[in-house]
Amino acid sequence: MIRVIFATAFAVVAALPAQAAVQIQELTSPGGIRAWLVEEHSLPFTALEIRFEGGTSLDAPGKRGATLLMTSLLEEGAGKMTSQDFATAREALAADLSFDAGDDAVTISAQMLTENRDQVVALLKSALTEPRFDQDAIDRVRAQIESIIRQDETDPSAIAGRTFDYLAFGDHPYGSSKYGTLESLAGLTRDDLVAAKAATMSRDRISVAAVGDIDAATLGKIIDDLLGSLPAKGAAMPPHAMLGLTGGVTVSDFDSPQSVVNFGQAGIRRDDPDFFAAYVLNHVLGGDGFSARLMDEVREKRGLTYGIGSYLVPVNLAETWQGSFSSANEKVAEAIAVTRKVWADVAANGVTEKELEAAKTYLTGSYPLRFDGNGRIADILVGMMAEGLPASYVNDRNSYVEAVTLDDVKRVAKRLMTPDALRFVVVGKPVGLETTN
Amino acid sequence: MFRVLWPIALALCAAAPAMAGEVTSFDLKNGLKVVVIEDHRAPVVTQMVWYRAGSADEKPGVSGIAHFLEHLMFKGTDTVAPGDFSKLVEANGGSDNAFTSWDYTGYFQRIAADRLELVMKMEADRMRNLKLSEDDWKTELQVIIEERNQRTDSDPGAIFSEQRRAAQFLNHPYGTPVIGWRQEMEGLTRQDALDWYRTYYAPNDAVLIIAGDVMPDKVKALAETYYGPLAPSEGIGERKRPQEPAQLSERRMSFKDPRVAQPYVTRSYLAPERDAGDQKKAAALTILAAALGGSSQTSILAKALQFDQKVALYAYAGYDGTSYDDTTFDLAVAPAPGVSLADAEKAMDAVLADVMKNGIPAEQFARIKTQIRAENIYAEDSVASLARRYGEALTTGLTIADVQEWPAILDAVTQEDVLAAAAEVLDRRRAVTGWMMPEGATDNTTELMQ
Repeated sequence: MIRVIFATAFAVVAALPAQAAVQIQELTSPGGIRAWLVEEHSLPFTALEIRFEGGTSLDAPGKRGATLLMTSLLEEGAGKMTSQDFATAREALAADLSFDAGDDAVTISAQMLTENRDQVVALLKSALTEPRFDQDAIDRVRAQIESIIRQDETDPSAIAGRTFDYLAFGDHPYGSSKYGTLESLAGLTRDDLVAAKAATMSRDRISVAAVGDIDAATLGKIIDDLLGSLPAKGAAMPPHAMLGLTGGVTVSDFDSPQSVVNFGQAGIRRDDPDFFAAYVLNHVLGGDGFSARLMDEVREKRGLTYGIGSYLVPVNLAETWQGSFSSANEKVAEAIAVTRKVWADVAANGVTEKELEAAKTYLTGSYPLRFDGNGRIADILVGMMAEGLPASYVNDRNSYVEAVTLDDVKRVAKRLMTPDALRFVVVGKPVGLETTN
Repeated sequence: MFRVLWPIALALCAAAPAMAGEVTSFDLKNGLKVVVIEDHRAPVVTQMVWYRAGSADEKPGVSGIAHFLEHLMFKGTDTVAPGDFSKLVEANGGSDNAFTSWDYTGYFQRIAADRLELVMKMEADRMRNLKLSEDDWKTELQVIIEERNQRTDSDPGAIFSEQRRAAQFLNHPYGTPVIGWRQEMEGLTRQDALDWYRTYYAPNDAVLIIAGDVMPDKVKALAETYYGPLAPSEGIGERKRPQEPAQLSERRMSFKDPRVAQPYVTRSYLAPERDAGDQKKAAALTILAAALGGSSQTSILAKALQFDQKVALYAYAGYDGTSYDDTTFDLAVAPAPGVSLADAEKAMDAVLADVMKNGIPAEQFARIKTQIRAENIYAEDSVASLARRYGEALTTGLTIADVQEWPAILDAVTQEDVLAAAAEVLDRRRAVTGWMMPEGATDNTTELMQ
């Protein structure tokens, strides 16, 4: 019943030698759940990643924060165990279990020793299938989340993020905080949490990856045991978000010596044929490291910031191209002007041959470096599954980067970059900047 | 899963070395210590160079120079143009960065294993051949001031932490922030940077760590080729900083800031660090921190304050014994809504008194030991973290043997050891207590926090 396809990983660019293989086994459990596995028996533990697509964007109307509160409560008591019992059992087994919820997914990460794997799986199963949602746990965790919400109200980075998200996505779930508001959180009941679990944790949206000291047959059994009794179908996915961003500046007054800036414009879908050209383009513009244009112009040449970067953000229901930095209140207007100028220059002229080659060498050479630990590999694999990418992608990915030409980058820069439509959200006491429409 | 207001518990992370046998070490004639950590699972290597010089080794008046020089190390040599160091690493598919602390300054690159020679050549080159042009250092000074703005001055928690630390260390330079006091940073010069560089950046003050898919013989050959010819520095004296006088009076501080939404109380006690061949007390304190605050659900403070009494939203305990001189044992409690800082502090002190009298519950003690043993296995999954652990140890006065013996020393800690360490360290006369409050709060209540 277990179908195994081997995909050996990354033979890399000509400049680098062939890399050692990460052998991905694609398997379907006896119960019909797909999973990817990399066996790595040199250390006696396994990393397991489970991802349910949908996440906090599936919060029901008026119930903002329900998915996150629910996810946080999965480890706060299950079956016959109270919160204390559950934590005590997990610690006695020396297992790492973490539960999180983001805009696009509920994720569960587990690390378990081989010597007590069955017991850890039983513990995890009870959290996934019979969480108690006891009232005292709800109240305690809700108070912790309320504290986070209050802190975010006076945190300039959080204000900048929230303001940008609202301008970009309005009333779509992406436009507000996954923690909810003090009001929405106060109204959540145990029934809402049960409903949020049924909406977000179902078998029709699971991705599973395991890396470590485990074989395919054992993993298949574990997956069925863990996930087989979850509901077959969850809530309908929310619609694609309409992007409401317009060009200009939004200033949010905040008493601090430095202004925090988030900026952005429309982006590109992950499955767009031009995605890799855009990805390479963004690396030259504002990617990691010190050599990107924005870092060079804003930090290295002018000392206007400690760091600036830009990133394509293709999430499930929206595509944006964002960036951020912080700059002293007296300097932030200049930093924004330089950023705009760099953006406009690249939009009009693309990048140089030398920049393109350096970007391609970096992106292809650094790709294999990501695969350097069981947990990190499992995380990458589950992300690929969720994107709908084939296991062979780990072999082919660098060839997509390699195939990008200077003309592609120029064309995509012209197609996508809209310097006049960049919106800058500035939180601080910026000198010489005011909100524009 | 919750963001807390203070660094997440360091206690358990401090445990565990690599399996013996995978670590090889040798010294070059010029004094450079080399450590090789093998991990052949992926064709990746990390090079780290650690200097036994951090901000606590600075002369008075030039605070921040250790960190400033760290930035300037990317400004080029005779053979590498300004800014090209990182570009060359990136053009070979690698990434690089650097960090500065009180006790050390470190530089690292992660890159495909067959590119090791390139980064060893470049790192050795800048150990002795740095060039600093007029423009470069002035622009970079603006960058570190922006870094201070971002890290410290924009964050009331960071400001208060800096102030508390200054009160904790009256005489020892650990009381001065690594990034520097602003007015001293503004006055730093090219000459200050060069003085620092010429004194400390030399093979006899450095530890080279190569971790990943490498063989010790190959590393030795490359190290001889590139680091071997470098001249040692003559100017490195004994590493002796001014020590703390006996603390005879409790220190209490409060800080109000309109940006504070969640008040909290902190307590830090002066505490001994891990010493070469003498790590038992530090091990007991590590276990004590894990017992008090290592779990957000079952640790003693969490259980008492969050679950039983319901007076706190979070409770924290932390101790990192990897330090050249005396360090701190830290506690913090964020009160639940409606609970005053005074009551939260009182409840925290009552828990401490109880632990000092009755010790740690036996089952909990056993669970902590189990977790520390498991941590040894999980830690093997990240060779870069292992490299960091050795680098930190070797620049804070410990030896490779100390690192390798540490898990066994932790495992051997008894209840009596913990009680003795607690009795010695948890003394309010040797502590700084801090109250972090929103603007407008009075010292006795948090009811005005909205």
